[in-house]
Amino acid sequence: MERESIEYDVVIVGGGPAGLASACKLKQINPNLSVCLLEKGSEIGSHILSGAVFEPKTLFDLFPEDAKDCPTLKTPVAKDDLFWLTGENKSIKVPSLLMPKSLHNKGNYIISLGELCQWISEKAMELGVDIFPGFPAQSYLKDESGRVIGISTGDMGIDKEGNQKGTYTPGMDILAKQTIFAEGARGHLGKQLIKEFNLDEGRTPQHFAIGFKEIWEVENDKHSPGDVVHTMGWPLNEGTTGGGFLYHFDNKRIAVGLIVDLNYTNPSHNPFQEFQQFKKHPKIKQFLDAGKRVSYGARAITKGGINSLVKMDFNGGMIIGCDAGTLNPSKIKGSHCALQSGILAAEYVSKILTEENCDFDDLFKASTLYKELYKSRNFSAAMHKFGFYLGAAYNFIESNIFRNTLPITIKDEQKDCDSLNLNNPLYTKEYPTPDNVLSFDITSSLFLSGTNHEEDQPVHLKLTDPSIPLTRNKELFDEPAQRYCPAGVYEIIDKEGEDYFQINAQNCLHCKTCDIKDPSQNINWTPPEGGGGPNYVGM
Amino acid sequence: MSALILIELNGSEVSANSRAAITAASQLSDSVDALVLTNDASNSSSVAALSGINTVKMIVDDSLENSSVEVASKLIADVMGDYKYLISGSSTFSKNILPRVGALLDVQPISDVCEIKSNNTFVRPLYAGNVMATVETSDETIVMTVRSTAFEHSGDDGSASVESLSASMSESNSSFVSLQESESERPELTTADRIVSGGRGLGSKENFALIEQLADKLDAAVGASRAAVDAGFISNDYQVGQTGKVVAPKLYLAVGISGAIQHLAGMKDSQVIVVINNDPDAPMSRMADLVWQVDLFDALNELNAYQV
Amino acid sequence: MKIIIPVKRVLDPYTQARVNKQTQQVDLTNAKMAMNPFCEIAVEEALTIKESGSASETIAVSIGTDKTVDTLRTALAMGVDRAIFIKTDSELDLQPLHVAKILANIIKREEAELVIMGKQAVDNDNNQTGQMLSGLIDYSLGTFISKFDLSADGTSVEVCREIDSGIETRQLGLPAIVTVDLRLNEPRYASLPNIMKARSKPMETIELSSLGIDTSPRIKIVSVEESGTKDRASKQISSAEELFSELNQMGVL
Ligand SMILES: Cc1cc2nc3c(=O)[nH]c(=O)nc-3n(C[C@H](O)[C@H](O)[C@H](O)COP(=O)(O)OP(=O)(O)OC[C@H]3O[C@@H](n4cnc5c(N)ncnc54)[C@H](O)[C@@H]3O)c2cc1C
Ligand SMILES: Cc1cc2nc3c(=O)[nH]c(=O)nc-3n(C[C@H](O)[C@H](O)[C@H](O)COP(=O)(O)OP(=O)(O)OC[C@H]3O[C@@H](n4cnc5c(N)ncnc54)[C@H](O)[C@@H]3O)c2cc1C
Ligand code: SF4
Repeated sequence: MERESIEYDVVIVGGGPAGLASACKLKQINPNLSVCLLEKGSEIGSHILSGAVFEPKTLFDLFPEDAKDCPTLKTPVAKDDLFWLTGENKSIKVPSLLMPKSLHNKGNYIISLGELCQWISEKAMELGVDIFPGFPAQSYLKDESGRVIGISTGDMGIDKEGNQKGTYTPGMDILAKQTIFAEGARGHLGKQLIKEFNLDEGRTPQHFAIGFKEIWEVENDKHSPGDVVHTMGWPLNEGTTGGGFLYHFDNKRIAVGLIVDLNYTNPSHNPFQEFQQFKKHPKIKQFLDAGKRVSYGARAITKGGINSLVKMDFNGGMIIGCDAGTLNPSKIKGSHCALQSGILAAEYVSKILTEENCDFDDLFKASTLYKELYKSRNFSAAMHKFGFYLGAAYNFIESNIFRNTLPITIKDEQKDCDSLNLNNPLYTKEYPTPDNVLSFDITSSLFLSGTNHEEDQPVHLKLTDPSIPLTRNKELFDEPAQRYCPAGVYEIIDKEGEDYFQINAQNCLHCKTCDIKDPSQNINWTPPEGGGGPNYVGM
Repeated sequence: MSALILIELNGSEVSANSRAAITAASQLSDSVDALVLTNDASNSSSVAALSGINTVKMIVDDSLENSSVEVASKLIADVMGDYKYLISGSSTFSKNILPRVGALLDVQPISDVCEIKSNNTFVRPLYAGNVMATVETSDETIVMTVRSTAFEHSGDDGSASVESLSASMSESNSSFVSLQESESERPELTTADRIVSGGRGLGSKENFALIEQLADKLDAAVGASRAAVDAGFISNDYQVGQTGKVVAPKLYLAVGISGAIQHLAGMKDSQVIVVINNDPDAPMSRMADLVWQVDLFDALNELNAYQV
Repeated sequence: MKIIIPVKRVLDPYTQARVNKQTQQVDLTNAKMAMNPFCEIAVEEALTIKESGSASETIAVSIGTDKTVDTLRTALAMGVDRAIFIKTDSELDLQPLHVAKILANIIKREEAELVIMGKQAVDNDNNQTGQMLSGLIDYSLGTFISKFDLSADGTSVEVCREIDSGIETRQLGLPAIVTVDLRLNEPRYASLPNIMKARSKPMETIELSSLGIDTSPRIKIVSVEESGTKDRASKQISSAEELFSELNQMGVL
């Protein structure tokens, strides 16, 4: 069977807010452009996971007429609380006056980002964008001059050993004048592009967090649509930063989640377990009691802010959204930024396609996105550098007193993969067994993510050196993949009396944490056969 | 309001699912008749001996050995007359014929009834048993198949009268070629009465042979968890669970299986669940009727050596 | 020979069915949907027959709301020549008898000699439609097939049927309906180039109301319930002897 190829004006990789916004904007600017968008999830939204408190302004910029009818914008934020959890049962309410300005949510909506993406994708199809869910871009294509000229999709029907099965179907080359990469946090092509085109030159290393989220259906009397709760502190302690959230949205649903920064230091730290514990805090538990957990998932968050934001244009294409690092770390909000970056990319690309002279940097620097990101430039670096308390104090002072006008830039040069201390039995963390009421084990959680992969296919988590997990990583860090992976993909098991590093690739949630946190940078996430991965609904 | 049971024969024996159908019918009607389509008139005796049957209606014709569904469904539709109910036990036999009878009678049949709520309201599984639906039919005549595990099997202390019906055989455009009966070395996983299933606790392919040995002893099928399949202890046709086979045997013996929800999804409807595991907290134990907390190798050796 | 392949859009079989307590229905809002896996096998078989040169045309038919078009597009992308979409109002609860009547209408209109369909849809698990259809139009019927061979003269097929007691081989004169079982074949993927090409393949839309078929429900779903996993009261045992004696008492040996 031959590999076929097809040509478009623009091909977009990734159907998140960034990719979808650029697709729509391109067609709005020039309906004659042929635009195609690939999404690795089996449907648009099935791999999207977000909080989400959403700043709607950009959506109205993109769809001035239709945005008001968007069915996902139905729960405006009504109340906004921040708690500092000082212990298992203790908390202090942070007075509104003292809350960092960036955490105020008036005018925002609580939404499911997956549902929003579905809605935008319908708009995109109406505008004539060809959307193909279930097809990951496997690699990008270049011409002799080194210019990116499109992507190719993966082959289907290859067995575990790499042989062609009866159902073998070759992938396809999609050539384009411009290729836009919008894969979200730690895109696997984005990672290669950044390296190949030196897009991170002069930037501080990117920083990431892992965000967990569950949806609960709760009792009527525990549900007040529009209420937003943010927490800091417990169960995360010194050496680990992050924060919790709990949002009441529609249909008696509550989104509860914990964000754990991936520069944590203790290798025995288990972010999944921290999240399970988090729900037991009285400030959280009070809402979930007697409720039913209906969904689970996890996803990495790019949170280095503008200091780490890579150069977004390169020869033949663009990298946008969380793939590039456009999230505003002071708010942990990236959806509106992703939309904006998509719009900017579309404006730029449509110009250069008509051979107008245009410099992306000028366009970007003039944008509201740039202004927003510039203001919050010190937020995560301060947290990382000064630790939680001082960092938080710094951020508070900078944002509320100096209104982000201080002419200082704080930088954090350590990569997340380099932050682990050596394994030390003295500091080993133990976690209680799940109570199956508020806290659960990984397998029952995974069940609710709907994740699944064709079983007979090559393992999509590739080890550069297969010996490292059982040698360096085990000796120095007790192989932390066993704990940071939110899907229990990595296990060291006993196989006929010897340690064996088992990769349960079918469980993978495509969160990308392993690719980020592996202390040996030995794990490479690659896309599995199309359609595999979580099947999030309403996340 | 009488009921007619379509009897399924295995050779001259009445199938277990037909016996379940009689029990179901007796909950709906005081007068239950049986219909037998056969090439052998002597088959009437085993049917007449079934408890709970009034009259056995026999249609005997040479062509009814391996008869075609086209012919059989027409015969049944013609016999239905005043019967309110046509009931058969769920099997490939009844599922082949009954819907076609339904179409001839302009009736919407009901498959796999698990519970009878009233004379027109029934409970049946949807979505591979993950959802149970209570359905109410408005058809005058009710055609249904019933799950043989959901109803008692009627016994053999009856003495029904036998009536032979004369019927004209319609032409059929299809013909029987051959039947290759499954050689029952070990029963097939999805239809087995007993399953011995092994998990990652077995540790190796060699050790997994202990599971096979026990299965043979119990005349049971072999099953496995995905972790056991992934580890190469056994091929993936044996996987039980969400992405494997869904089974509901009388006995499910889970050895060295932790009981992940994906595994439970495939076997939770088993009648009796036995767990052999050394971890008292294994989720599997909560699902079990019998738990043996022990090293599985000790248990398997003891079981395999035990003289029944 | 024309082949008709009825296909159904169902909840993705690997997705957990969830009950909406308020509506007393399985909640399909935003749920992942897919072509019924048995229908995929039916499509594959039809394509193989066409590729062998024995069929003139393959036609996929589906009944449902607008979204059903996705499923027909999948069939087209797999390789089916054209599609017929029978459009219904969203609220309609179609039962196998209705579906069979609708399909009967289309099959007569198309004068198709062979119908290949799934043995059951994995949502309602009825396992009825093919059988009922054969009753309505008096085609010969082969259910649960795991092997399909067209005779050299093209007037009959030999099928292997997976039945409880083993494998039955039957000869079916055409016209015929077969319902397919899992082991018949492994369906191909809808490849990206073929998905693109499928967009320009013909799809005819017929309003269900224009067919004049009575679709008033015969069966009403009163309520639904997730069966879930229930904990059992477990008894501890400690020897093989005890185990065997318990099992004997329970009558499962
Ligand atoms: C727990 C959590 C809470 C959050 N809370 C908020 C919040 O409250 N407010 C807010 O504004 N933001 C929030 N965010 C951040 C926000 O979700 C992201 O900033 C936003 O989703 C980024 O959009 P994106 O389009 O860049 O990438 P994504 O939304 O990640 O979308 C990328 C898409 O590309 C697809 N893809 C990736 N690689 C490929 C490939 N090779 N081929 C084909 N498809 C591919 C993916 O499947 C995915 O659908 C939160 C994030 C998390 C994880
Ligand atoms: C999308 C998806 C689909 C899946 N589908 C399936 C499926 O269809 N079927 C399935 O089974 N799984 C499935 N799984 C995998 C499932 O989540 C579990 O990983 C798997 O079932 C675990 O198998 P196990 O119980 O054999 O292994 P483990 O969980 O490792 O359990 C081994 C058990 O053996 C016990 N044990 C170990 N040694 C001994 C000893 N010497 N004596 C006594 N006991 C001992 C241990 O206490 C433990 O309870 C799926 C997962 C996903 C994500
Ligand atoms: S394997 Fe990697 S990408 Fe997949 S869930 Fe685990 S950490 Fe995330």
